[in-house]
Amino acid sequence: MIEILSSSALATVQDLGREGGLRWGVGTSGAMDPLALAAGNLLLGNEESAAAIEIPVFPFRVRFAEDCAFAVAGADCAATLDTRPLMPWSTYEARAGQVLSLGVPQGGAWRAARAYLCLAGGVDVPVVLNSRSTQLRGAFGGLDGRALRKGDTLRAGTPGRATRATGIGLVPPALVLPLQRDGCAAMRVLPAAEYEGYTAASREAFWSTPWKVTPQSDRYGYRLAGVALEPIAAMEMRSHGIVPGVIQVPPGGQPIVQMRDAQPSGGYPKLGTVIEADLWRLGQAPIGSQVRFIRATWDEAVAALAEVRAWLDESGRLLDLHQGLRQAS
Amino acid sequence: MSLEEAGFSVLGTTAVLFEAPGPMTLAAQRRIWALAREAETWLEVREAVPGMNNLMLSLKQPPRRLEALQERLRAAWAAAEPLELEGRVIELPVVYGGAGGPHMADVAAHTGFGLDEIVERHSAPLYPVYALGSHPGYCYLGGMDPRIATPRRKVPVLSIPGGAVSIGGAQTGVSASAGPSGWNTIGSTDMGFFDPMRDPPALLQPGDSIRFRVERVIR
Repeated sequence: MIEILSSSALATVQDLGREGGLRWGVGTSGAMDPLALAAGNLLLGNEESAAAIEIPVFPFRVRFAEDCAFAVAGADCAATLDTRPLMPWSTYEARAGQVLSLGVPQGGAWRAARAYLCLAGGVDVPVVLNSRSTQLRGAFGGLDGRALRKGDTLRAGTPGRATRATGIGLVPPALVLPLQRDGCAAMRVLPAAEYEGYTAASREAFWSTPWKVTPQSDRYGYRLAGVALEPIAAMEMRSHGIVPGVIQVPPGGQPIVQMRDAQPSGGYPKLGTVIEADLWRLGQAPIGSQVRFIRATWDEAVAALAEVRAWLDESGRLLDLHQGLRQAS
Repeated sequence: MSLEEAGFSVLGTTAVLFEAPGPMTLAAQRRIWALAREAETWLEVREAVPGMNNLMLSLKQPPRRLEALQERLRAAWAAAEPLELEGRVIELPVVYGGAGGPHMADVAAHTGFGLDEIVERHSAPLYPVYALGSHPGYCYLGGMDPRIATPRRKVPVLSIPGGAVSIGGAQTGVSASAGPSGWNTIGSTDMGFFDPMRDPPALLQPGDSIRFRVERVIR
């Protein structure tokens, strides 16, 4: 059991997301950085899809009410266990009564926006419609369908001593799979149905200019600011299914990238889709930062997804190997 | 999109969108329902999600050959017979205008109609549920009088309340919970559309219908 000590809202319980509810209007939810969540779980020997706490606002503190192994992945936020400094993307064991503190994410080559606190056995909240992810709009899933508050308690699936070795870590994917343009975090994009409906100048600007992540960016969508994107003629669409990553352009001309709490359908014209393999990069882009878009071909987008999968598989293999060596010694 | 030819496009690597050709009709929607029934049996399909005269397929993994999937969809559409779904009629009392209908003036300005004409035209039809989407329990409705069609807002509103009755383009609907929206809200109602503990969790299904009853008009 852990107790939330911070009153800073917006932290939620998330897993890799909810499938099968689109026909009822239920979007996927799930971690904004699924790689960090999956890697944190691998570090603990959990299922990749186990639920964790997604933390977008710092500082954030929790107290362990019992012994529990944990890992913090995603943003490097100068974590401490009581006074002991911790490495990011690493596993540790907390003793009953110890306090884990996460500070403001560190700068450096890659400053990320969200940290994931993974617990041994995963965060144990009820599965609702196939997932433990918080569905904020529908007010279900996670802890009572809402963001966490000070005083909330959450159970770990398998608290107690770690089954995995502790004190080992992974090199974060931002370093292993870097992608930048002119010093900005970059994401690859596949053009969508209305791409050709934009002026040549707007299409060119979309690929060649930076886009600022505005303060109106959250789990629903990232509202970006930059050159106004102009359609050749106004487009009024019929409502249709959309997925996280779809870049909609409302008539104001400023794009909105649909994120994990996005509506599963919409009607604004679509310029493109941030490919599934790169959506975590945007999910980690802090408010106020600038991002760039890179045009991808279908084959490149498919290869990128395979590359992400290969990184997770390799990470799991290395951790298993380390575990085997530790047990043999 | 050409009116004669069906649309096919990708939404990243694990979703595709099929758009039926021609004007938006209930007959075409019945064929979309049939196409969804067929496509959800395909091995690579995670979920088949009807929209307004269109169908999104969410895929388990990127298709090896995109053209093959496109061709299969076109063939299945050509073969799709209208699926008649027998549904219920739900009556919703609506308070039009006032604080619960903050964009009524925008609809009036765009259409040139007065408040009473908008209310009369909006509450006259029996609206068939074409599809669910947007947020848990939300219904996309067909059959709105095209004379009160109003473009979606230039900048979406960050949150409209549950029960908001709104117009977006040629469509109308009722929000099932509070959240962001690009539509023009003209009134409000009070109904629980979704309960995750119920099976199915949504109150309404494609084939059901909604009638808006004028409870009050606030000037």
